Amino acid sequence: MPASLAEIAADFLDLAPKDRLQLLLEFSQGLPDLPERYADAPESLEQVHECQSPLFLTVEVGEGMPRGAQPVSLFFSAPPEAPTTRGFAGILHEGLDGLSVDEVLATPEAAPMSFGLAEVVSPLRLRGMVAMLSRIKRQVALKSGAALA
Amino acid sequence: MTATDYAHPERLVSTQWLADQLAAGAAGAGTQIVVLESDEDVLLYETGHIPGALKLDWITDLNDPLTRDYIDAEQFAAVMSARGISRDTTVVLYGDKSNWWAAYALWVLSLFGHENAKLLDGGRAKWIAEGRELTTAIPEVAPATGEAAYPVVERDDAPIRAFKEDVLAHLGKPLVDVRSPGEYSGELLHMPDYPQEGAVRGGHIPGAKSVPWARATNEDGTFKSRPELEAIYLAEQGLSPEDEVVAYCRIGERSSHTWFVLHHLLGFDKVRNYDGSWTEWGNAVRVPIEK
Repeated sequence: MPASLAEIAADFLDLAPKDRLQLLLEFSQGLPDLPERYADAPESLEQVHECQSPLFLTVEVGEGMPRGAQPVSLFFSAPPEAPTTRGFAGILHEGLDGLSVDEVLATPEAAPMSFGLAEVVSPLRLRGMVAMLSRIKRQVALKSGAALA
Repeated sequence: MTATDYAHPERLVSTQWLADQLAAGAAGAGTQIVVLESDEDVLLYETGHIPGALKLDWITDLNDPLTRDYIDAEQFAAVMSARGISRDTTVVLYGDKSNWWAAYALWVLSLFGHENAKLLDGGRAKWIAEGRELTTAIPEVAPATGEAAYPVVERDDAPIRAFKEDVLAHLGKPLVDVRSPGEYSGELLHMPDYPQEGAVRGGHIPGAKSVPWARATNEDGTFKSRPELEAIYLAEQGLSPEDEVVAYCRIGERSSHTWFVLHHLLGFDKVRNYDGSWTEWGNAVRVPIEK
């Protein structure tokens, strides 16, 4: 797992299970809004259908760098009445935004299981976060010309 | 108001009634009227809830973590006691999505015979739409202990819960499919916007009639009046309160909502919720399916 994401996982695991929900809430509150270019063009985002609530995302890959080193930017949209979904997006944003293509593609599929959240939100709900990560990686691979691991 | 002609009007409370009880200190944690929020999103309560309300999550609090079933008698007693609920406490449930999950929770409480449970008509959305107070403060609760502790009461599923075998035996009798028309016809293998609980086969249980759950509610999430409900379920669908009826959806939460309508509002005595619903039937080997 990239160091930034691992740090977030450590923060969650340091807390008692019921306090992890509070931290997840903070991530949901910290999720940045979409910039205008996406807020005004919702059709340009990919919906993560696996989420129980409407979650949309897209990825931008920087140019002019050796392949694999390009920086990745992540953008998410989720409604305020879906705080768990927003929280998952918030974790992924803070953990992966700005990393290189290689670092994002090397993030294990099972990374969402490392936050101690399954026992708190249920494995069923966590599937949404797994799906978000999977779609992020797929977009990063497509947009950078890299191969998915 | 014709709504008060419901078969069991005491099963619904209005937002005004709840607000009055809260103002009088008669409802909320630590009182004889405990208010519980049950939502689809496990964090929604934390973003703001009715003052004095506690959370009851359908997955983490009511579902067995290993087997696809509800918690047992001891676990249920613990969940209730932890919220200061005794056997004779009035429980008022509300939540998001027009009270789907609140109805589901109320149905689970009914499996354990906790009949003193009511729905807040209109749920979370109506409370908010009326500009009523929300708080993020989580109430301190003194668990119910000693004589007030919630008793260990074994579940009695048979009267209101149907299993797959029961549904197979029930074929030919009234079945109400409360899903969207696209799910009923088999065009969709999952509820629009909820594809992760899909099935390998689409369609409906043979003989089931399509009566989407939302037909029972008004725009604001409140239940329609008795005459309006009877126009749908009795006149249009040809059901009668003496019928044995089974309702189902995908995992039993929307059909709990319809179960509530048929059982408590229209007085059907022999209506059961098939909670396995389409996630079971649509994935089960060799059960009959119709399109």
